[in-house]
Amino acid sequence: MKKLPLNLTIGLILTFMFVFMAALSFVWTPYDVTALDIGSKFLAPNFQHLFGTDHFGRDVFSMVMVGARNAIAVSLVAVGIGMAIGVPLGLWSAATRMNGYGLMDEALMRGNDLIFAFPSLLMAIMITAVFGPGAINAIIAIGIFNIPVFARMTRGAALGLWSREYIMAARVSGKSMMRISYEHILPNILNILIVQATIQFSIAIIAEAALSYVGLGTQPPMPSLGRMLNEAQTMIFFAPWLGFVPGGAIVTMVIGLNLLGDGLRDLLDPKLRIRAAQTRKGEDNNVTT
Amino acid sequence: MRILIILLSIIFCHNSASAQSKISLGLQLEPPNLDPTSGAAAAIDEVVYGNIFEGLVKIDQNGNIKPGLALYWEISSDRRSYVFHLAEGVTFHDGTLFHANDVKYSFNRARAVNSTNAKKYIFAPITNIDVFDALTVMISLDNARTDFLFNIGLGDAVIVSEKTASENAFNPVGTGPFMFKDWVRGDRISLVRNDNYWGDAPRLERVDFKIITDPLSAYTAMKAGDIDAFPNYPAPENLFLFNNDPSYEVIVGLTAGETILGTNNKKAPFDNILVRKAMAHAINRQELIDGAMFGNAAPIGSHFAPDHPDYIDLTGIFPHDLDKARAFLKEAGLEKGFTASLKLPPPIYARRTGELIAHQLGKIGIDVEIENMEWAQWIDQVLRNKNFDLTIVSHVEPVDINIYANPNYYFGYDNEDFQNIIKEIDDSGDATETSSLYKLAQRKIADDAVNGYLFQLGKYGVWKRGVKGMWKNYPIRSNDLSAVYIEGADE
Repeated sequence: MKKLPLNLTIGLILTFMFVFMAALSFVWTPYDVTALDIGSKFLAPNFQHLFGTDHFGRDVFSMVMVGARNAIAVSLVAVGIGMAIGVPLGLWSAATRMNGYGLMDEALMRGNDLIFAFPSLLMAIMITAVFGPGAINAIIAIGIFNIPVFARMTRGAALGLWSREYIMAARVSGKSMMRISYEHILPNILNILIVQATIQFSIAIIAEAALSYVGLGTQPPMPSLGRMLNEAQTMIFFAPWLGFVPGGAIVTMVIGLNLLGDGLRDLLDPKLRIRAAQTRKGEDNNVTT
Repeated sequence: MRILIILLSIIFCHNSASAQSKISLGLQLEPPNLDPTSGAAAAIDEVVYGNIFEGLVKIDQNGNIKPGLALYWEISSDRRSYVFHLAEGVTFHDGTLFHANDVKYSFNRARAVNSTNAKKYIFAPITNIDVFDALTVMISLDNARTDFLFNIGLGDAVIVSEKTASENAFNPVGTGPFMFKDWVRGDRISLVRNDNYWGDAPRLERVDFKIITDPLSAYTAMKAGDIDAFPNYPAPENLFLFNNDPSYEVIVGLTAGETILGTNNKKAPFDNILVRKAMAHAINRQELIDGAMFGNAAPIGSHFAPDHPDYIDLTGIFPHDLDKARAFLKEAGLEKGFTASLKLPPPIYARRTGELIAHQLGKIGIDVEIENMEWAQWIDQVLRNKNFDLTIVSHVEPVDINIYANPNYYFGYDNEDFQNIIKEIDDSGDATETSSLYKLAQRKIADDAVNGYLFQLGKYGVWKRGVKGMWKNYPIRSNDLSAVYIEGADE
């Protein structure tokens, strides 16, 4: 069996660890995260409470499990929305450009730029001002932010394919724009999209944490990593675990996803693989000469 | 080398001398303007009351009425007219001599139809203001009013000069021991000593109110020595760190802020007294105080400050008892529980208490959904449109039990008996009678479980050891610095 790239291995392990913890939290957490017990507040990490307890006496480990679950759920749906809308939009945009409807492509892409111009946090504040704060609105805000990312990436990659001979053959045989896009273009850019989705996923986790940090994401009593960080701010001088644990969880999750993305790119992009092999050979040559 | 040492010592001595007659105070909220006679924000009084502006009488840190610009006064036997004898040789900061006409002007301005005063009710009973001479003024009331003297000690009733009244918002001119110097928006407000002050000369030369919104920055600024005192430190959770440090002093006092679980009395099921009683029994005050305020607050059983002389302890009417709570819910036919929304404004006490309240009410089957909101949304939805089930808020006005007599106030308590009690208090001129009426009023709203009565918000004073004369309590929101000094400072 071929050896997996190292970054992919580490990325897979880290990501799997969090996904497992998040999935486990559906059925089991060490303690109930909504049960407050003031009597056991600010307990330092120990064998009963692996990561200690917070100012309401809640178990931080359980909160991180559920918080990670919420972060993953929000990010998954948000990236899903971004892909579900962004990818067809990009395919359509590329198809119209290559088939003589350049104006349509322009309109779509400038619309994209318009959405792209709003930072996701601003968008989220706007949405929550109208509909109230909550996880659903965080999903919408992050999802909207993801649409132009996928649309651009898809369009760019698709444009490069439309001039290939096999696409021309398909066009000559009378296939419609839509069928070509879905039968020939999409499968060939899927690897790039998967890599991009992994990266977007990690960005979405940070965005969710940022929204919760300012109080616009998941609402109490549901734990959220960003809000845990916010609440820990004035307590880190005497209860440092309250800041380090959720902060560390976010960092580890994001690093894991980024490594996973990098590893997937190395694995899936044949061009890159060849180029990497060539460089390696070149370096070897340099060394020998 | 020797020259260097001499130079250094000069610099050092100079620094220490000037540093000690100056004080930097931390302020969490920046005031919107500096005119206490038009704005309602407590942050205005925190800067100007007793420092820049003075009233006829002055409220001290224990809520007592002390002479202000009026050195003494006579009250007629029917308690309907007050003759104030004013201090001599008082000038406004712009040099204008203070005259009894300024009193007349200030009060007439405040009670005028187009006045923007936030507490016009203070001036409503006034029928006439007669200036006898430059230092004597008589105020006549429509009826005997017990709280009149206290009310004219509030920031809303300070004396302003006709010449400068319109500009007080951004260039305040009063008669107080300190003069306004400058205001760097978002950063600081500076005052300097008024060398022509009529009373005892203040010992501080300069006061900087530094605006520090973030509780974490408040901690680091205090620890780094950037500020000398935080009159109302925003993070009770790390107060103990200052307590453990010998270079700081921590004084926990009380504010006039009754923190309540505001309940919409006009909305089902909260219009049912049984439901409200069930909730009252479900509330565990000690857990709230320990959990949300880290032990730094006082339990209350009604809407009245524990440090007020007429206060009675009613926390025993509805002790924490889940069995009784469930029994009341059953009696109301809601033993299966129900869902309620809890709309929380931004202050940290509200957010933390809210999570605990949700937890406590959850135990008797009330499923509380927390909704955090900004002040603008809260004012619009809760205060103005009464579109809420439950909320948590601190009522920071002194002696504000009369808000329960207003049936259109946000919690919608409409009770004729209570309204009559307040009317009797308004009309009563006798202190003992008023006192017993206040007690009756406290008991009435506690018995009716109008709102959930949680705790009195504490005032957390933190300052460097050696800072003396700061207020312990906040009967009104004031940081009166006239008597503050730093021990060991060169005079």
